[in-house]
Amino acid sequence: MKAIISFIAVLILAAIAYVGVDVLNMQYIFGVVIPYLAVAIFVIFMIVRILKWGSSPNPFRIPTTCGQQKSLPWIKYSKLENPSGVLGVLGRMALEVLFFRSLFRNLKTQLRDDSQLTYGEAKWLWAAGLAFHWSFLIILVRHLRFFTQQVPAAVQLVEMLDSFLQIGVPLLYMTDAVLLGAITYLFLRRIAIPQMRYLSLMNDYFPLFLIFGIALSGVLMRYFLKTDIVSVKMLTMSLVGFSPSIPQNPISVIFYIHLFLICTLFAYFPFSKLVHMAGVFMSPTRVLANTSRVKRHINPWNYPVHVHTYAEYEDDFRDKMKNAGLPVEKE
Amino acid sequence: MAKLPKPEELSKIDYTPPKTSWMDTPVVFKEGMFCHGSKPKSLDIVGFPNPRDWRPADADWKLPENWKEILLEGIAERLEKYRSFRLFMDICVRCGACADKCHFFIGTGDPKNMPVLRAELIRSVYRKEFTLAGKIFGKMAGARELTLDVLKEWWYYFFQCTECRRCSVFCPYGIDQAEITIIGRELLNLLGLNIEWIAGPVSNCYMKGNHLGLEPHTIVGNLEYMLDDIETVTGKRIKPTFNRKGAEILFVTPSGDLFADPGTYTCMGYLMLFEELGLDYTWSTYASEGGNFGFFTSNEMGKRLNSKIYAEAKRLGVKWILGGECGHMWRVLSQYMDTWNGPADFLEVPKSPITGTVFENAKSMKMVHVAEFTADLIKNNKLKLDPKRNDHLNVTWHDSCNVARGMGMLEEPRYVLKNVVNNFVEMPEDTIREKTFCCGSGTGLNASEDMDLRMKGGFPRANAVKFVHEHYGVNMLANVCAIDRATLKPLMDYWVPGVNVCGLHELVANALVMTGEKERTTDLRGEPLPGIEQKEEKA
Ligand code: SF4
Ligand code: SF4
Repeated sequence: MKAIISFIAVLILAAIAYVGVDVLNMQYIFGVVIPYLAVAIFVIFMIVRILKWGSSPNPFRIPTTCGQQKSLPWIKYSKLENPSGVLGVLGRMALEVLFFRSLFRNLKTQLRDDSQLTYGEAKWLWAAGLAFHWSFLIILVRHLRFFTQQVPAAVQLVEMLDSFLQIGVPLLYMTDAVLLGAITYLFLRRIAIPQMRYLSLMNDYFPLFLIFGIALSGVLMRYFLKTDIVSVKMLTMSLVGFSPSIPQNPISVIFYIHLFLICTLFAYFPFSKLVHMAGVFMSPTRVLANTSRVKRHINPWNYPVHVHTYAEYEDDFRDKMKNAGLPVEKE
Repeated sequence: MAKLPKPEELSKIDYTPPKTSWMDTPVVFKEGMFCHGSKPKSLDIVGFPNPRDWRPADADWKLPENWKEILLEGIAERLEKYRSFRLFMDICVRCGACADKCHFFIGTGDPKNMPVLRAELIRSVYRKEFTLAGKIFGKMAGARELTLDVLKEWWYYFFQCTECRRCSVFCPYGIDQAEITIIGRELLNLLGLNIEWIAGPVSNCYMKGNHLGLEPHTIVGNLEYMLDDIETVTGKRIKPTFNRKGAEILFVTPSGDLFADPGTYTCMGYLMLFEELGLDYTWSTYASEGGNFGFFTSNEMGKRLNSKIYAEAKRLGVKWILGGECGHMWRVLSQYMDTWNGPADFLEVPKSPITGTVFENAKSMKMVHVAEFTADLIKNNKLKLDPKRNDHLNVTWHDSCNVARGMGMLEEPRYVLKNVVNNFVEMPEDTIREKTFCCGSGTGLNASEDMDLRMKGGFPRANAVKFVHEHYGVNMLANVCAIDRATLKPLMDYWVPGVNVCGLHELVANALVMTGEKERTTDLRGEPLPGIEQKEEKA
């Protein structure tokens, strides 16, 4: 149900762009106003979100230690899983962000008929997650060609590598296929596994369909419904140069659908779970080094509390203490 | 207890989620799955709000009129105080990687015991009250109103989480449900909604210095019994000191070690080891608790109880502090103590008087875990050990959640263990070290009225022990945690009869050859040593 509503929501979004451009001829709104608005919302509210996270302190040093601590010199410690300093944390975070280290640990817990629990390999979520994020990133980099007069060499290299299979005309980008495949897996997993279906919200289905819609409209545009690339680039460059104008030669409506879905994603991003993109860099259980015994960590809101002092304790028990032969401060 | 189903029944776990969505499935309080509510007296002593007689299963919880306001303000305050809380409310993608990692989910099949849903219980209210999307889109954006039913759900499920952090290891963003439970319980305490098994020990510890409420003379008396037993086994009379000013080291251990076996055997182990070393140390009756049930109540209460350790070290003028075998005690000490009650600048960087080793890793907080201390002794050949005395034991090692995932002490105890026993087998690798499973009774859930919950939560741990018991004949489950020693025994009796539970230093003391001791014929438990019976028969 939640999935269906999310699906319909994305269809409606696409329809809005179609009607807006094809029927109502609102190219300027969809090509200029909305993109600016979406990017503004994204930038402003992401900053707000990050500042908000940052404004709450880390009162305690609470890394989740996933390996041997640094203690006695002859015990080999785990620099990356239980970092004892900045370098270790950088390494840990690099593994986390670039290769999804923690997700790589994933196991599938199963109860056998003979009541034995087993923990099987379960790398598919990791693989799909990694494939999804990396292909998304590469596609993003490829799109830089629309935002630079001279396409940077790095971007050209990425394009070349991405299409090295040399299939089809225009050449097929592997990441397009990988992205669609990975999203499909992530979606199927959500509805096929009972627990996943049970815990999933609209907040989870909607971004999946939205990104699927973006990728699909992009693929349609590149491989099937021909679009005037030169005009598209004129538009994007005019946006980048802050002198927006809709090109003379009409751009096909599929482009506007693609663009509108992207705008939706940008505007939706700061208010959704997608903020994990920035949040992952701030997670206290991962970015803090395990140094709380070596160096005092300061809690900015630490305040004095009521304690039961030794003097009060001795007052309570002085006779009993004396009888038991324990030393006391006051006779 | 009598109603506890048989293991064969309890291990048939239904993982099918209910038909209705979780938001529309109100919580049902099941007998055996929750603890008694806090008594007014226990809250009164420490000045906690809303002390009254109440029962969790009753419809009326006798809450203050403005309970909702109190909670929402409480949430707002904590969002500002803890980056962890604010971040964890926002960034979960519900990937489900944590779902089947929680021992309570594995043992109950209840989807609300999946760490991600446990967090959603409170996250849904956060969305409703603190986010734009939640305010506008409501249920469609996963938001819901805070109602009495929701509150009851929080209570039920935050007391079905042992803050073990296993979920956090597997989460791609390190989201730590333990942190959310800690804050959740703190919120519940604003309304006087603690469980007595935590509130009682907290008030005991506040007034008397330890969770069990042992008064000074009782502590001395209990140790005397152990000294008698040590004399029986070794022929040596040990005379420890209490509250002694000018000692070099203050020794603090969980009070469970002073009270009941098998903890007392561990305690005998410390006494024998320190005697053999001629360590200049003292016990304290004031700081007579290493553990901290305050930590399961609120940050403030944790700090209040913890303050005694540094205060007593200062009063006695010791150089540094040695800590006994415990789990959550060591998470609190290693990640909180120095921040709460430091700086301990009146102490010196811990240095073993026997080996001269300086514990640089405890440079600031000035406290060393006894397993670190003993590992260093053995490495430097300072102990005469006869591991054959433990040959009747086939030992496996249980990593306690908190020393594994809140500290990372994995190798030190293993090193000690391998030097004091000859037969040591690891449990399957996905159930040890950072992936270790909780005993199922941590964070104050080790009461007697919630046995169903404990046996279910402990199922994955027991299951792994069962595996090594059946395949390698393991008959002893060793660990460095006082709660483990108290709770793993009933867990073993239920799931894996024939396996006993012990602390590390019980095994150390069994193997320790003490100067001038008589020839030992039994271990610390009074069981004949291997080879002794045959010898006697021959004679
Ligand atoms: S593993 Fe982390 S992100 Fe995934 S569902 Fe659990 S808490 Fe959320
Ligand atoms: S901290 Fe432990 S008990 Fe709590 S939800 Fe996570 S895995 Fe379960």
